[in-house]
Amino acid sequence: MTAALEMRNITKQFPGVKALDDVTFSVKKGEVHALCGENGAGKSTLMKVLSGLYPHGTYEGQILINGEEKRFGKIKDAEEAGIAIIYQELALVKELSIGENLFLGKEPAVFGIINWERVFKESERWLKEVGLHDVNPEHPIGALGIGKQQQIEIAKALSKRANILILDEPTAALTEQEVEILLGILREFKERDVTCIYISHKLNEVFDIADTVTVLRDGQTVGTYPIAEVNEDQVISLMVGRELKERFPRMASVPGEVVLKVTDYTVMNPERQGKKVIDNLSFELRKGEILGIAGLMGAGRTELVMSLFGSYGGQSQGTIEIEGKPVKINNTRQAIKAGLALVSEDRKKYGLVLGMDIKSNVSLASLGAISSGGILRPNEEIAAGNHYLRSLRVKANSVETIVGTLSGGNQQKVVLGKWLMTAPKILILDEPTRGIDVGAKFEIYHMMNELIAQGVSILMVSSELPELLGMSHRIMVIAEGKYQGEYAAEEATQELIMTAATGGKGR
Amino acid sequence: MSMNQETVVNQTKTKRRPSWFTFDARAYTMIAALLSIWVLFSLLHERFLSPTNISNLFLQMSVTSILAIGMVLVIVAGQIDLSVGSLVGLTGGIAAILNVWYEWNTVPVIIATMAIGAAIGFIQGWIIAYRAVPAFIVTLGGMLIFRGILFGTTGSVTIAPLTPSMKAIGQSYVGDLMGWIFGIASLAVAGYLVMRRRSARAKFGFEVEPFAVSVLRLGVIGALVIGFVYVMNSYKGIPVPFVMVIVLALIFTFISKNTTFGRQIYAIGGNAEAARLSGINIKRRIMLVFVLCNTLAAIAALVLTARLNAATMSSGQNYELDAIAACVIGGTSLMGGTGTIVGAIIGALVMASLDNGMSLMNLESFWQYIVKGGILILAVYADMYTRQRKKV
Repeated sequence: MTAALEMRNITKQFPGVKALDDVTFSVKKGEVHALCGENGAGKSTLMKVLSGLYPHGTYEGQILINGEEKRFGKIKDAEEAGIAIIYQELALVKELSIGENLFLGKEPAVFGIINWERVFKESERWLKEVGLHDVNPEHPIGALGIGKQQQIEIAKALSKRANILILDEPTAALTEQEVEILLGILREFKERDVTCIYISHKLNEVFDIADTVTVLRDGQTVGTYPIAEVNEDQVISLMVGRELKERFPRMASVPGEVVLKVTDYTVMNPERQGKKVIDNLSFELRKGEILGIAGLMGAGRTELVMSLFGSYGGQSQGTIEIEGKPVKINNTRQAIKAGLALVSEDRKKYGLVLGMDIKSNVSLASLGAISSGGILRPNEEIAAGNHYLRSLRVKANSVETIVGTLSGGNQQKVVLGKWLMTAPKILILDEPTRGIDVGAKFEIYHMMNELIAQGVSILMVSSELPELLGMSHRIMVIAEGKYQGEYAAEEATQELIMTAATGGKGR
Repeated sequence: MSMNQETVVNQTKTKRRPSWFTFDARAYTMIAALLSIWVLFSLLHERFLSPTNISNLFLQMSVTSILAIGMVLVIVAGQIDLSVGSLVGLTGGIAAILNVWYEWNTVPVIIATMAIGAAIGFIQGWIIAYRAVPAFIVTLGGMLIFRGILFGTTGSVTIAPLTPSMKAIGQSYVGDLMGWIFGIASLAVAGYLVMRRRSARAKFGFEVEPFAVSVLRLGVIGALVIGFVYVMNSYKGIPVPFVMVIVLALIFTFISKNTTFGRQIYAIGGNAEAARLSGINIKRRIMLVFVLCNTLAAIAALVLTARLNAATMSSGQNYELDAIAACVIGGTSLMGGTGTIVGAIIGALVMASLDNGMSLMNLESFWQYIVKGGILILAVYADMYTRQRKKV
């Protein structure tokens, strides 16, 4: 039997990185095929190749649909071949009705005049296909919950005659009941020979629904296995099975007294009422220690640190104590005053004013320290800029270099300089080495060591397990906003952390 | 290893560039454009460069310049203020009512008018910053409301004439001797600033421009100042409104470059999220920007009313657009984050020169609209073009 879909020897290069390296991926007709891998393993890139987002010619290798080679020049070509992708972030227009959304871009029309009766009549049919019997297609889509909106996305895909459905982290935002409904629909699809590719971090769902699982790691196929022949632990070790070849300059720490104590911390999603992004979390951070926070995409790591820093939109409950005193943090000014600093995961969006020079960016959070009566003291600003330029080894001509012209690693150092200038007690690092070269990474690790030696405490969020394992003194794992376990550096392994992060048994 | 080599190569490449000539390329193009407009008009009309007309030109540009100074701050912060034209009408009307109908003295009139401008800025700024209503909407509404209030309170009549001391704000001139003192003093200050900057840069190990370049720069400034004072003095002296422009420009340039407030405004316009996460109180800053902008509008209104010796129903109409155009021609980006006061004043001078030259040639007023509109688009078009080329 020919496979419904076969991707042969796919290699995709980005400047400086090989995102996919000779990946082969074969899906049988009518099966649910799970695609698993760590953050950055290449799952999304592979699906972008398949959906025509990266057109033919920008990658090497072949795509075969039902044994026939296809060359997708654009997304539309892939759609015509029956491939539909449903992203984690739903691509629906909230202001339009359900029917309008279903037929968006392919409205039945004569001379540009839309036949609305047909739109709504046919909508009903497709809605029934995904189990939505009592939904009026004329109602606005924004009034429905995320779960139903997702079902409508699936209906939309079906209405395009899709027979290969790609679901990218479909359950990330769903409640448990909604997940059950979705899995029910997928089971029905199996009987109707609709092929599904199911990308998920949640291994319990994968083992519940999938027939076959393919594991990717570092852009390469590890293997494809019938689900009956593997168990969760095996899949996890396949996902993380790389050796720790990088060396990390971790320093032993003699943890001092508790600096930060977070108790029963809950954060609500500002966009979805009743949905918690952080659920009753408690932890402690000691003086001169690095606490790593592990979790998969969407686990709530960034939301946690943004909320602690007073810069997340959702309401929070629980108590935060800094050096034994309870603090109330409603905005970033209070957070900075309380001794917190946050190097966010997206330095261009949250960290830097790209059009300004280095010294102005470094001083931005400490303008009070280099001014008197609101008037800047330019000499001190330059001196401070020079100090961080040297101590962080930023490669730039002078402190008057525009930050937008620097490389990623140097930009990150400028952000670090900005926060070090505020003399924080607690430095929060969210993905501190994302997208920067190896040399700059090591300089940042060394800087972290210097800081803990000076008694600063560091809270580090990272998607790179080797980095977390190599630098942290303790690692806390969260999944779906909940505490999953905590490991001392000596006992932690990639397998243990991945097991906890995928919702397996923690402690 | 190879990465390191690459950055080193890059570094040496950028170091070679003589930054003291290229860093202000934009300002030089603006000045070049201004000069070519002047050359063109002086060829077309012999009286364009006469002392009388030049004096007029600087008088005419004063109101737009004062408005543009406030508008730069607003646009740099990523906002817009469409209400300043109507606000000039309203506060000018109030000043005239107080002076003519209620016979208030000049100083209380000035204080009251500026206070009303500040209060209106406070209200508009509060709605924009704390209630998150877009500035475009709030100030568009303000534009209609202020014009309406002007019609209502004055009963749509022209209010004139003002008391002599009130008129002096817009119509008097600085005497010859004062003019020379003013010119020489500003030259001395410029010289001091250039030298201090040199020594400060040297102290922090920055490259210092060659001494000859500094001297040349001072020479150009000196020639301009002396030429300006000479031309002004050969008519009636420097117009007082233009002296106000200079003083306000100096104050606000200082605010924008040397105060935490100014720095924060540029940061907010450049990246509001990064500014917020750096602990900057964005709302309060934006509100203050509107207070300043509308207070400046009240000052502009005093100058305009005094110069016309009357408050009319239509005074200040479309001035907000002139002010915005002056900023944009002077290099302020509507995206926020960049722009200078000096640029905006040169932009105002470009606009005023076009107006002045065309009316001198007796071109019908429709041409003035068309040409000014065309220049505005051309200025931004050229800017975008050079910026895109720079990227490649």
